[in-house]
Amino acid sequence: MLLRHTTSEIKERGALTINPAKTCQPIGAMYAALGIHGCMPHSHGSQGCCAYHRSTLTRHYKDPVLAATSSFTEGASVFGGQANLLAAIDNLFTIYDPEVIAIHTTCLSETIGDDVGQIIGKAKETGKIPAGKDVFYASTPSYVGSHVVGFSNMVKSMADYFSAEKSPKTGSVNIIPGWIEPADIRELKRIVASAGLDAIMFPDTSGVFDGPLTGKYAFYPGGGVSAEQLRKTSGSEATLSLGTAASVAAAKVLDNKWQVPYENLDLPIGISAMDRFVTALQQSTGKRVSEDILLERGQLLDLMSDMHQYFYGKRVALWGDPDQLVALTEFLADLDMRPVYIVTGTPGRAFEKRIEKALNGRVPEVKVKQGANADMFLMHQWIKNESVDLLLGNTYGKYISRDENIPFVRHGFPILDRIGHQYFSTVGYKGGVRLMEQILTALLDQKDRLSPEESFELVL
Amino acid sequence: MFDLIEERKNQVATTRVAAEDMACEKTSASGSVSQRACVFCGSRVVLYPIADALHIIHGPIGCAAYTWDIRGARSSGPELHRMSFSTDLRESEVIHGGEKKLYQALTELVNEYKPKAAFVYSTCIVGLIGDDVEAVCKRVAAENDLPVIPVHSEGFKGSKKDGYLAACHALFKLVGTGDVSDVPELSINIMGDFNIAGETWIIRNYFERMGINVVATITGDGRVDDIRRAHGASLNLVQCSGSMIHLAKMMEEKYKIPFMRVSYFGIEDMSKAIYDVSDFFGDRLVDTKARDLVHEEVSQILPELKKISADLKGKKAAIYTGGAFKAFSLVRSLRTIGMTTAVVGSQTGNKEDYRLLAELCDEGTVLVDDTNPLELSQFITEKEVDLFIGGVKERPIAYKLGIGFCDHNHERKTPLAGFQGMLNFAREVHATVMSPVWRLLPRRRLEPGSESDEVQYGCG
Repeated sequence: MLLRHTTSEIKERGALTINPAKTCQPIGAMYAALGIHGCMPHSHGSQGCCAYHRSTLTRHYKDPVLAATSSFTEGASVFGGQANLLAAIDNLFTIYDPEVIAIHTTCLSETIGDDVGQIIGKAKETGKIPAGKDVFYASTPSYVGSHVVGFSNMVKSMADYFSAEKSPKTGSVNIIPGWIEPADIRELKRIVASAGLDAIMFPDTSGVFDGPLTGKYAFYPGGGVSAEQLRKTSGSEATLSLGTAASVAAAKVLDNKWQVPYENLDLPIGISAMDRFVTALQQSTGKRVSEDILLERGQLLDLMSDMHQYFYGKRVALWGDPDQLVALTEFLADLDMRPVYIVTGTPGRAFEKRIEKALNGRVPEVKVKQGANADMFLMHQWIKNESVDLLLGNTYGKYISRDENIPFVRHGFPILDRIGHQYFSTVGYKGGVRLMEQILTALLDQKDRLSPEESFELVL
Repeated sequence: MFDLIEERKNQVATTRVAAEDMACEKTSASGSVSQRACVFCGSRVVLYPIADALHIIHGPIGCAAYTWDIRGARSSGPELHRMSFSTDLRESEVIHGGEKKLYQALTELVNEYKPKAAFVYSTCIVGLIGDDVEAVCKRVAAENDLPVIPVHSEGFKGSKKDGYLAACHALFKLVGTGDVSDVPELSINIMGDFNIAGETWIIRNYFERMGINVVATITGDGRVDDIRRAHGASLNLVQCSGSMIHLAKMMEEKYKIPFMRVSYFGIEDMSKAIYDVSDFFGDRLVDTKARDLVHEEVSQILPELKKISADLKGKKAAIYTGGAFKAFSLVRSLRTIGMTTAVVGSQTGNKEDYRLLAELCDEGTVLVDDTNPLELSQFITEKEVDLFIGGVKERPIAYKLGIGFCDHNHERKTPLAGFQGMLNFAREVHATVMSPVWRLLPRRRLEPGSESDEVQYGCG
């Protein structure tokens, strides 16, 4: 089996990542860009990068992903990629007619030192950008940060580019939801609307990756935040950014440039984080959320009390992206579970502090690792030394699950071998119910399977 | 025909117009949404199935993350190849060089896993910062007494095909280093079959039943020691037009081993491969066994194939493969089950390939080189095809258009090679083309002479 190569003895690794718990910046930038309506993401680098990102997003969503590449060759790598990018912009508008082209760089174009801003300027001067169309870029070197940083950089560029001019006041609020699923965005919209709030949400992948089957292939699906809405973000009353790693950078841009004040919150996954989100919503509108939302809170709480005996003391290993992990950790602790191993490949010291805050001393035995060498290999080694009752993370946990016979709930990016993440939200109170149901099913299925005959009964 | 991007006009043809002048083997136009990948991708897929070697990717994390256990190339023993090892280059190494990190990572891994050999893949960035990967490999090889082979697979240095070439050069360093004194005269190497879903095992079994010794199955369930002895074989069988032809040519030149291009897909091509090999050896016993084998295998699958063809008669297919050679077999296989090919293309075919394809296909078939989702979906709609055969990025496009799909790339989970594979292929095609799901689609009905679409629910 694959991971029998994992050894239980943990050695200090100086220069090596094994079975990563992260990937590189450009895929995050591509994902964020697809949350703009009519946007063609463009990868300024070799062909392979773009092909890999499209394949991974396609596997995660089972939907086509359209993105273009500068198709670097040896010549471009010596003389710079300007000619390729200019030709690309021209070709894209001629053939694919996007509203927006969102360019991101790669390790290749960053190291060559292409000045993408200047190249876009040149494209504009030479009339390659049709009137009313937008081209902007984010710098996303693959050797810095991770896919989450690439996402954050693209969202930041989005906020910056489209707020070149101050919009008249609109009375609405910006919500920067972070790297979450289309279903999560739909759920956030429903919650926000129930508080009577008019919000601009960006990026918005609902209606992009959860499109219907109609028999026609739409290159630009119906969803996504429009360029027009993005231009109004500078006129909003405030910004709510959900997630320090993915969203706050963009919120700061709008604050610095146009004094749109922001509040940074955790992703509203789990009851406590969702409570804080609801409070923030109510403060910004001065209105209460609707009775429906309060009912849902009560239902979640009801289930938490009904089933708390099954959650109590269960040890959990979780991995993935910082914003999700912080919120999930808090929810697990609220369920009286013990999130003991937490790993993210995304670097940044703030992460450990955020986890500490989320746990608030409730799980003193917790081990947290971020950045270099924080990978699935290390996670497996920890588990080999002292096992856990549940795994929570992306598809790459399935090897550990099988090797160690541990129940496994898939959450995060990427999920390549199951469906559901596109359609069932895990944010909000209802999302909390969904997560509980998934965790409980995994734990009880295992119990049903492993209980000896004499203790196996109808209800365990 | 709809508008094509100007630079691509010569890369599309129909069999009615001369396919002789088809432009191919070009780099992709900048800004086209190519389905192609890069040099690294080519090298990685060819060498990946060598299961007892260490594969380490020298570069930022993405290249390793996207190629972690996605090929389905099975191993009958060790599975070291399925681990994802990366030097995870960061900004400081991009500035100061990554040689030290590579040395350290290689040394740690060699000590831990004691592999038979190590392959070190260079990615884009390594080509730019000028690491002397060759020197690091030499040093680690000398210190640990094992082959440590650099693979020159910098992404921008060409297309996937150039990656195949780089892989062949790497392999050629191993070939010829083992003892061949016990290799019998009746012996072959199997090249360019990747043991997806265990296909190499099926092919190997056929040749062994004919009394032929298989020395190395280089790119499927591969072993370092077998490859070292590969020069002892009397004949190289090369499948997959692009990937292994270079190695076969190098072995022909240096070791005077002739090679034969074969395909194991479809009754005709599989039988031809068996008879060609038998003819090559000119051995009466082999010849008898070959005839018996083909007779036995074909008679086992024919009755069910006949039943399947009755349902599929007259249905149309579109084919888009990596190499063009596979497309030939697919056109023939589809004919076996009563289907015609309306659109056929490849990522990397050459002029000769397209000339042969034009000859093989029915009149009016569209031929495309290095296509994109826009063209593909338009051809599919225009030709009203019922089935798409392609890879991971094409699958959701087919489904969105409401037609069946068969993965003939690395995501296939049942073997499609050999005689049993032909039956599996027919079953898969039947299942997808005849799936009840397509009957639930809102049908697009075009009135004669009218432009307007009318959506009608149900199959009408």
